[in-house]
Amino acid sequence: MIAAEKQQPQENLLEVNSLKKYFPVGGGGLFSKENHYVKAVDDISFAIKKGETLGIVGESGCGKSTMGRVILHLQAATEGEVLFEGKEISQFNKNELRKLRKDIQIIFQDPFGSLNPRLTVGAMLSEIVRVHKIVPKKDELRYVQNLLQDVGLNPEHFWRYPHEFSGGQRQRISIARALAVRPKLIVCDEAVSALDVSVQAQVLNLLQKLKNKYQLTYIFISHDLSVVKHISDRVGVMYLGKLVELADKREIYKSPRHPYTQALFSAIPDVSSEKKKERIILTGDVPSPLNIPSGCRFHTRCPLASDICKSEVPEFREKDGHRVACHFA
Amino acid sequence: MNEVSEKSNLDVKNLHVGFQTKKSVIKILNGIDFSVKKGETLCIVGESGCGKSLTSLSIMGLLPKTGNITAGEILFDGKDLAKLNQKQLSSIRGNEISMIFQEPMTSLNPVHRIGKQITESIRLHQKVRKKEAEERAIEMLRLVGIPSPEKRIHQYPHELSGGMRQRVMIAMALSCKPKLLIADEPTTALDVTIQAQILELINKLKQEMEMSIVMITHDLGVVSEIADSVLVMYAGEVVEYSDVKSLFRNPQHPYTKGLIESIPKMDVEMAELPVIKGSVPDPMEMPTGCRFSTRCPYAQAACFYEVPPMEESEDSHQVRCWMYSERWETIEREGILDDCSRETAASRELIGG
Repeated sequence: MIAAEKQQPQENLLEVNSLKKYFPVGGGGLFSKENHYVKAVDDISFAIKKGETLGIVGESGCGKSTMGRVILHLQAATEGEVLFEGKEISQFNKNELRKLRKDIQIIFQDPFGSLNPRLTVGAMLSEIVRVHKIVPKKDELRYVQNLLQDVGLNPEHFWRYPHEFSGGQRQRISIARALAVRPKLIVCDEAVSALDVSVQAQVLNLLQKLKNKYQLTYIFISHDLSVVKHISDRVGVMYLGKLVELADKREIYKSPRHPYTQALFSAIPDVSSEKKKERIILTGDVPSPLNIPSGCRFHTRCPLASDICKSEVPEFREKDGHRVACHFA
Repeated sequence: MNEVSEKSNLDVKNLHVGFQTKKSVIKILNGIDFSVKKGETLCIVGESGCGKSLTSLSIMGLLPKTGNITAGEILFDGKDLAKLNQKQLSSIRGNEISMIFQEPMTSLNPVHRIGKQITESIRLHQKVRKKEAEERAIEMLRLVGIPSPEKRIHQYPHELSGGMRQRVMIAMALSCKPKLLIADEPTTALDVTIQAQILELINKLKQEMEMSIVMITHDLGVVSEIADSVLVMYAGEVVEYSDVKSLFRNPQHPYTKGLIESIPKMDVEMAELPVIKGSVPDPMEMPTGCRFSTRCPYAQAACFYEVPPMEESEDSHQVRCWMYSERWETIEREGILDDCSRETAASRELIGG
């Protein structure tokens, strides 16, 4: 009880309030004024506490990566607000934005495409350290080499080029790059998806270790449910630009309430259980985000769908800390 | 899982594949042995670079120009595919053996309607009229669960979603009713809910059409869903070959064990995942002993010097590891090398190899 009270007053590091990101796409013709929109992120709200890991899962095209980018202010939000340490980031001036870039970092999926092939690892990391004035110039080398050791590489790797590394090692370099500016929040966008299972396990353990060492907060975006379950404290499920369920990971994996979450969990092939579980196989494909179904977006594939689902958008309701957007949950 | 007749459909014996470089031949596959019975699904698992895709390409005769089958036989219906010329092969390819690739986005031709692409392969191998071939294409599309196929055959690949494109690929692969289907990571590029649909579809079609399947995947979850037997590959060699139930109930090779343990489990919570240390050795610098010895937690001195044989450890379960051989007791008595001499042994091996 006391422990719970102690944890309660923790402040929110990041708050997202009815965030929307629409991409305009060509309308009728060249001279047509009417625009159509791809609603990549449509009215999402959540908050992350300091030191927490929030997992975001969903299928391709559900808007999870766009959400990550908007939080970093790599793309401006269409509507809604993102508060970092209580301050609205879209109002930031140049200096404040520069500080924000230091506080929030991102790790991308592709360890081959996200490193500059012409720079040695050391040159790349030192540049970041210099630009953000993290340590005095004389300490640069030592700082970067320590960083390399932190992510499980050798200090000698300082003088090597990215092509000399394996996929797993490159992802470690990406992690070192994110860590170099001493961030508070790291968005991991499919950070382990391109790796083989044995390497994936190594990188997941590394992320966990670094989190404890530097008191980091993660937003962990992935399509892999078992990975998200392993690393997160809370898990949010996205479908077509909306958050449909958000709860503590134990809770959501034990008793998922949204029919989409249930189907998603039942679709994972599981190695550990010998008896085959009951499968919910969804029919059809994810609808195009250009042409979003009315009412609940999931009603075209939902086994429980009824008339109300077609006409009314379900609210994102909360009950005992478990939030879900479904008329029947 | 379902009826598997005794007669084997595909027999791969002692397959070696090497790549020619300016200086030398790099051996990639080193003595692959397996057989697929009629109606059986064999899954080949392993991490990237272990040679699983290369195995399937050798069966299809689709090795890149610099790659050669240096030894071994690939027996399909009594014929040795490794000895056929390209013309003979192309009468089998797409007809008796079909293949599905990982990326449905790039394996369909973007400038032709999908109907045309399916009928093309039908008419190439079988003497049928255009009209008949088209009816057959529609029937195949319906079989793989594509709604209103009459309209779909007039569409281009870009008008279909990823899951639909993969269904088209499957329809195309199955249009000539092959005896053997090779599927190279058919669901890796798809979302889990779509993956579940496709796996169920492949299983259903297998039973309807009585074909054998060789499925290549890195996902052990998929293996547990679909396989009858499993071949685990590491660095160009088979390390374990077993019935699927026996493999998951009692994995034997330290690599297989490590692989299964390193997947995060849905029903167990762990602070830290068990990992396999190190990384896959470079094909140019293979250890001369057991190829897994440099990463193996149980490795003894002998493991670094001598290649373990593939031995039956229990019913329909073969493993390539000294731990399961009669010699293990003596090997163990010789003792574990301390870390220092283990390293020198490893580096000496590398130079020797």
